[in-house]
Amino acid sequence: MIPELGHLLLLLALAVSLVTGVFSIAGAQKGRADWMALARPTTWVQAWLIVLSYVCLTVSFVQHDFSVLYVASNSNSALPLHYRIAAVWGGHEGSLLLWVLMLNLWAVSMAWFSRSLPMTFVARILGVMGLVSAGFLLFMLLTSNPFDRLLPAAPDGRDLNPLLQDPGMVLHPPMLYMGYVGFSVAFAFAIAALLGGNLDATWARWTRPWTTAAWIFLTFGIGLGSWWAYNELGWGGWWFWDPVENASFMPWLVGTALIHSLAVTEKRGGFKVWTVMLAIMAFSLSLLGTFLVRSGVLSSVHAFATDPKRGLFILAFLVIVIGSSLALFAWRAPKVGLGQRFGVFSRESMLLVNNMMLAVACGAVLLGTLYPLFLDALGLGKISVGPPYFDTVFGLLMAPLLLVMGIGPLARWKTDEPGPLLKRVGFAFFAAGAAAFATGAIAGHVSPVATGGLWLTYWIVAGLLVDLKARLLPAGGQPGQVVDRARKIPRAMWGMFIAHFGVAAFSFGVAMVKTYDVERDVKMTPGASTEVEGYVFKMEGVRDVQGPNYVAARATITVEKGGQLLTTLYPEKRIYRVQQNPMTEAAVDTSVVRDLYVSMGEQLPGGDWVVRVQVKPFIAWIWKGCLIMMLGGIIAASDRRYRAKQASTVTGGALAEGAR
Amino acid sequence: MSRFVWPLVVFLVLVVFLAVGLKLDPREVPSPLIDKPAPAFRTTLLSRPEQAVQREDMLGKVWILNVWASWCVACREEHPLLVEYSKKGTVPIYGLNYKDDPKAGLEWLRRYGNPYTESLVDRDGRIGIDFGVYGVPETFVIDRQGVIRFKHIGPVTPQVLSEKIEPLVRKLNG
Repeated sequence: MIPELGHLLLLLALAVSLVTGVFSIAGAQKGRADWMALARPTTWVQAWLIVLSYVCLTVSFVQHDFSVLYVASNSNSALPLHYRIAAVWGGHEGSLLLWVLMLNLWAVSMAWFSRSLPMTFVARILGVMGLVSAGFLLFMLLTSNPFDRLLPAAPDGRDLNPLLQDPGMVLHPPMLYMGYVGFSVAFAFAIAALLGGNLDATWARWTRPWTTAAWIFLTFGIGLGSWWAYNELGWGGWWFWDPVENASFMPWLVGTALIHSLAVTEKRGGFKVWTVMLAIMAFSLSLLGTFLVRSGVLSSVHAFATDPKRGLFILAFLVIVIGSSLALFAWRAPKVGLGQRFGVFSRESMLLVNNMMLAVACGAVLLGTLYPLFLDALGLGKISVGPPYFDTVFGLLMAPLLLVMGIGPLARWKTDEPGPLLKRVGFAFFAAGAAAFATGAIAGHVSPVATGGLWLTYWIVAGLLVDLKARLLPAGGQPGQVVDRARKIPRAMWGMFIAHFGVAAFSFGVAMVKTYDVERDVKMTPGASTEVEGYVFKMEGVRDVQGPNYVAARATITVEKGGQLLTTLYPEKRIYRVQQNPMTEAAVDTSVVRDLYVSMGEQLPGGDWVVRVQVKPFIAWIWKGCLIMMLGGIIAASDRRYRAKQASTVTGGALAEGAR
Repeated sequence: MSRFVWPLVVFLVLVVFLAVGLKLDPREVPSPLIDKPAPAFRTTLLSRPEQAVQREDMLGKVWILNVWASWCVACREEHPLLVEYSKKGTVPIYGLNYKDDPKAGLEWLRRYGNPYTESLVDRDGRIGIDFGVYGVPETFVIDRQGVIRFKHIGPVTPQVLSEKIEPLVRKLNG
């Protein structure tokens, strides 16, 4: 009964979301207040229906209902409860349901927090979100119903993909989806602005916290995915330029550009068309990402389903959503206007460079991801584009971005003099360079790539320090006023400082690990030891362990340095019983300056084990950098001025309110 | 035409490619060697290192070349299937023991069973390079004239065996 109930709830949700979509948008166009008044209540009803449907699927998992095809394919009677709950989004159908659930959570919070917005605007936003929701529900009901029955029921399930049986993986998809789907709010804002034909500083101020919130989730989701891959895949890599990773990274790049572009639109009324374009792009890329993952046009470790019918549906959906919004853009954008002019050397021009570089980087990733598909479609052969392309192109594109990041926040809005500004930061620039060379010397050898990366990293930090000093302790200022001055700096600006510092921490980690990482594959028997970078790894023994749904060979490896025991690591080689997949559970010892990474390879016929031992300097900074960026986002999004109740009719007021 | 139309145009071009891409199978990697003569080789047998063998010795019969190694996990996956198939005796299966220690290879065959009529030794992987081996295991079907007629990358599955390899072998044996 429960699966049928879930199915029915989905059908009802589809009907309600169509009502939301059609009546809200038509009402806003015709100026019918009674139709627009439907927007909020129907959004709530729709969200509740989907929440309940989601609960139904979860209950089927918890109760081991193997007469539901999706449960039988993604669960097993030996699967622990927490993984059964997480298994709801372990496959294609369930992750779509999760996607729709997230979309509706965003819509509901939009309905809740939009009290100060004009009703026509709210109606358009909720209407757009309702239509997107209807599209996804239709997709689920037509091609991927999670409640399909399997009759007669399977005696036991196929089990959840072992790769997904990890705490990191439990959180990764929901966070990623929150980010993906969160851009639907910015998208809906952009469509509403195009439909209404007005796009001003107030609009930008409403959009900013929503965009930042989505960006926070996406940053966390991507960072978590990378950390998970590092711990779980057993190769010691942290980013593989896999098509599906790229699919989540592209919206992030565009979303980051959007955050910066929105700042210009709010403060200076500039970049208007560009902002709208980026908002449409960010969500379109989220949808494109779904298409790439779900349709099977690209092969990937992540590929869930390769069903051409599904692919065709998503493609049609893409054409309708993205095509119609771009057509709307082509038609209405000229009305929106280009906005304020600015000087060649100004904060705007720096932010323009930022936007261009991020957009071009996104384009490069998109090209690299789809290039094999283009060639194949044109009959020019099969190729794959690998990390060398991405590393080179992406690295080259990021260098100017980081360079501008160091100086951009110091430049004045509208127009600035290059001379005095360059004089202010000249010392910082050369100090950063000296520090980069010094770091190379301490690490053992100076490499051009690492030094370049470190120089840019230190340069960002140096730029931040110069900026902070000017704000907290200006020439002639009293040291006692520092705290007072710090309080006067708006939260949005603190958020920016922190997020930029996060970028520096991230690129520091990347530069160090790319250059000074040491990796060794060794043959080990119990009692044998090997030395890497002064760490002595000794295999004490290997024993068999029984997990709830797997058997594993677990090695005990002690690590000593200078005769002192540092830690004991327990890497495992697991075989999951149902799917018979071998899995490598790497063991990692993390500290601020390095990770010790040990993973088990194959057992050789003689009983020896191939063990991969890696010493990875500063790799944890990569994920800490992501967390710091996220923290910056949280602080920026919590800025008080976004929560101001008034301002529904103010248009020029925001201009005067700038930080400078 | 307004310049604001360009994003739409670019997107529509992208859609065309995605639509074509839907019809393609990303897992299908063609081999340039299909329907070409198998590359020449000269090596020894795994079981009898003194016995030389070359391409010409194999002419005149349909045979399967299966690339394997004792260090290869995926080979273990397809192995029972090959052992089973070899018992039917419809076609000789020759192994290519790729980049392996002969002792380890023989031990592996002792432990898991030997489906191979003979295994050819490819200690340094030269033959593998000539055959365009991407990864182990790989399986080739070679006809009487020494022409490669079929190639499969990755472990042989029951489906590949019954739908591709068996019909082809039957046709070639004709």
